[in-house]
Amino acid sequence: MPFADVVKFDLPAINYSAIAPILIIGGAAILSVLFEAFLPRQARRPVQLVLVLASVVASLVVVISLAGTRLITANGSVAIDGPALLLQGTLLVVALLGALLMAERALDPLGDAFAPRASALPGSEDERQFAERGYLQTEIWPFFLFSLTGMLLFVASNDLLLMFVSLEVMSLPLYLLAGMARRRRLLSQEAALKYFLLGAFSSAFFLYGAALIYGYSGSIQLVAISDALAAKPGQGALLALGLGILLVGLLFKVAAVPFHQWTPDVYQGAPTPVTGFMAATVKIAAFGALLRVLYVSFGGMRWDWTPMLWVIAILTMFVGCVIAVSQSDVKRMLAYSSIAQAGFILVGVVSATRAGLSSSIFYLIAYAFTTIGAFAIVTMVRDGSGEATHLSKWAGLGRKSPLVASLMALFMLALTGIPLTSGFIGKFGVFAAAIASGGTWLVIVAVVASVVSAFFYARVIVIMFFSAPGPDTATVAVPSVFTVVALAAGATMTVVLGVFPQPVLDLVNNADIFVR
Amino acid sequence: MIFPWLTVLGLVPLVGSIVVAFLPNARPTLAKQVAFVISLIPLVLTVLMALQFKADSTEPFQFVESHPWIPAFGISYSVGIDGIALVLIAMSTVLVPVVILAGWNDGDTGRGSVKGYFALVLVLETLIIGVFSSVDVFLFYVFFEVMLVPIYFLIGRYGGVQRSYAAVKFLIYSLVGGLFMLAALISLYVVSAQMTGTGTFDFLSLAGLHIDPLTQKFLFLGFFFAFAIKAPLWPFHTWLPDAAAEAKPGTSVLLIGILDKVGTFGMIRYCLPIFPAASVFYAPIVIGMALIGIFYGAYVALGQKDMKRLFAYSSMSHFGFIALGIFVFTAQGQSGSVVYMVAHGLSTALLFLVGGYLMSRYRGSSNIDDFGGVNKAAPVLAGFFTVAALSSLALPGLISFIGEFLVLIGAFERYMWVGAIATLGIVITAAYVLRVYQKTMTGPLKPELAGIKDLTGREIAAMAPIVAMVIFLGFFPSPLLKVINPAVDRTMVATGSTTPAPVLAPAEGSTP
Repeated sequence: MPFADVVKFDLPAINYSAIAPILIIGGAAILSVLFEAFLPRQARRPVQLVLVLASVVASLVVVISLAGTRLITANGSVAIDGPALLLQGTLLVVALLGALLMAERALDPLGDAFAPRASALPGSEDERQFAERGYLQTEIWPFFLFSLTGMLLFVASNDLLLMFVSLEVMSLPLYLLAGMARRRRLLSQEAALKYFLLGAFSSAFFLYGAALIYGYSGSIQLVAISDALAAKPGQGALLALGLGILLVGLLFKVAAVPFHQWTPDVYQGAPTPVTGFMAATVKIAAFGALLRVLYVSFGGMRWDWTPMLWVIAILTMFVGCVIAVSQSDVKRMLAYSSIAQAGFILVGVVSATRAGLSSSIFYLIAYAFTTIGAFAIVTMVRDGSGEATHLSKWAGLGRKSPLVASLMALFMLALTGIPLTSGFIGKFGVFAAAIASGGTWLVIVAVVASVVSAFFYARVIVIMFFSAPGPDTATVAVPSVFTVVALAAGATMTVVLGVFPQPVLDLVNNADIFVR
Repeated sequence: MIFPWLTVLGLVPLVGSIVVAFLPNARPTLAKQVAFVISLIPLVLTVLMALQFKADSTEPFQFVESHPWIPAFGISYSVGIDGIALVLIAMSTVLVPVVILAGWNDGDTGRGSVKGYFALVLVLETLIIGVFSSVDVFLFYVFFEVMLVPIYFLIGRYGGVQRSYAAVKFLIYSLVGGLFMLAALISLYVVSAQMTGTGTFDFLSLAGLHIDPLTQKFLFLGFFFAFAIKAPLWPFHTWLPDAAAEAKPGTSVLLIGILDKVGTFGMIRYCLPIFPAASVFYAPIVIGMALIGIFYGAYVALGQKDMKRLFAYSSMSHFGFIALGIFVFTAQGQSGSVVYMVAHGLSTALLFLVGGYLMSRYRGSSNIDDFGGVNKAAPVLAGFFTVAALSSLALPGLISFIGEFLVLIGAFERYMWVGAIATLGIVITAAYVLRVYQKTMTGPLKPELAGIKDLTGREIAAMAPIVAMVIFLGFFPSPLLKVINPAVDRTMVATGSTTPAPVLAPAEGSTP
């Protein structure tokens, strides 16, 4: 067979057990599509829920069983190491809580948080009829699982091309999910379109940067790029340009200024359970990939990228904090808060040390649980037209619903970084890493930004506790066990990581080096 | 020490606050009674602890407990007390039941529930005991920052008309200081890691580090800034009058009488021993701030129409004296400062509580011009007001005199002109205190005040112990000085200072 002689194709050796967590979620995603297509309408929800929860838990169990693994597989394109496994584990736990929020059907009297027919034109007869018939869809679940597959792969990608593919697998379902809110359809669709256009744009940047780096180093594998850098110490403009453009793609996903424009609109327009899921998980996945690229490939030229990231960190903290002060919508406020928090995490990232890596991961874990808890509360505070996201409707909530308001106050204090909450230990870690690597001035800037952030976080508490309830004050809807579990988990982790952080600190300190 | 005195002391109010928080909303009086009874337990425990305290011990701290907390950052749960901490804890455990009893009705008219007010007061007591007994700098910082939360709610939920504004101003000011201190704290940790190999937050290890003077100067600023806002010293004082004017009198006592002492306590406990060279370097500036504060506070107090604001400015003036005593680096000055802290806590309590009684008798007004001739209608109230006023102007025979006198002697010993200028401040103090007394208490009774009632048994019961202490310690301060002096001597050794002999001579290391 002459043909076989010409085309020799070696199957890459893949360590299937090491990537089993990703395969489980990916397989579940495909199954989920099939269920959606072939199961009768009534059967879909229970089956999909069991599939989602079972696959996430199974994947988590495999991740835990893999603890301590350090290997590179699939022709060098996937790295399973301490940071990857820790981030995957965190992603799975947080995604589980996000799934619980999405599965909630007790809060909205019309059903759930998702559109009965997302494709219908807002305000059209078509849409009205679907709403009247009380249709409830389960199409979110395949999207959810595909997105999660992408995230799990993203934090383990060891070459730029796979990183790009997983970036897209993660993002595309999220663009769709953002457009599926049941109420305020126009806002939701606008969010989806904006997110898609800007996201596609930033992905193109990423790809272009990867191409330039390939041009310089002759490889797309992170370790090979690092070796090429060491072999050719002369800094090509191609390389610097390539890295800069590549980072645009990643910084877009973490919502760093000036690539943050999409955040407030998407956070506001997307269905709140999706916002909570996305706010927590995308941040983890994108920072995981950012850390891997910077530390594995470009650790040798950190003097070139740290000044740039210094500037971006400072801008991110300040733009996020200052604009958040003027927000009157709680979802937009949390969006700007997430921008500001990304700035604080960048303070840890720029230290370019093992402490920088471990403290950034700890911050991500702390932030994820607090954020998902805060969004869980946003889903519960409602009035006649759905969620009451305008802050003026939260006036006096502390009097009407002390427990819910106290939990929200806890999350706000944690985001401010008050001691005995997870946010404080997180800030402490990244600041310590930054000071130890000579970033004292950056920390002083971060401290000033923290003070500004205290202003808008405290305002939520002022509104809830120091104002009298008025006629417009929202009521807290009684959630089902799904939201309760997610909220309780968020609050518990916020306190536990603040009071007894040592076990998690041990975890991140044992996962403070990438495999190469 | 087998019995964990300090942990138990700290936990009692915390457990109490949880109990109070779970009492039924419909029975506010029960919440008050339970809170009061619980607040007596730490007082008893403190007395028992004080009886076992060995004033002549060679150990820097007694009743020490130490357990690892976050080993990854070298943080431990380490508590222990020296003489300074002991007297401040004792003052706090005395004042909390007094505040609860005197502020029996403070929680009735707020945005929050009655039990909520008392639960917050008890939580605050836990944090106060924690902040004074920490010997791990990180642990101290945790208490220092978390203290903001209950006081923020106490002002914001139970205060006057402008309460939100005052609460947020207080919070932001304090966070500014606290977060700069955090940056300095982390730097201190990094420095200790660089110098010894393993980072630590243990106070005694840090005090023994001998950090290089330039680093000290930067780190000192971070800590001092936080303490100067907390205390507050001029020019970081502007949050205080607003907070005091909006808060309930009881909250003001906790805030100004106790919490603000954390600032001056922090200076003497942390700034001086850990950054000795920097403390000496900055001493002239701090003394300048203190002198300005003494006069500025007194002068502004002289022009106040609002009683609560007057008390707040007067406190600012007193904090000037306390800081002055600390930074002249003489044994008399520093002992005087600690006595002054206790004295100021007690006199502030008297002033705010008797002022609060007065205000509650006339539409809650704190305007000085609304009152006049109260001694005709309410002689007992006027009597307590007299004691409060005299205690505030440091009449000989009252404890505040001991503090003020020692501070001034200390100042004279080091810099004669500083002592001379500070002494003039006393004159203005006498002027504003006597002015407010004269305007409200003496003269013809205002017709609107005709029906006002004199103090009730509960109100007298709340004030009487403080009056007794002010007078007793004024005549017999030696038990107080006996426990304070060894701790002050240790601080003096740490900063390499010696009280100058009668001849004025520069202290060792005073040149930068």
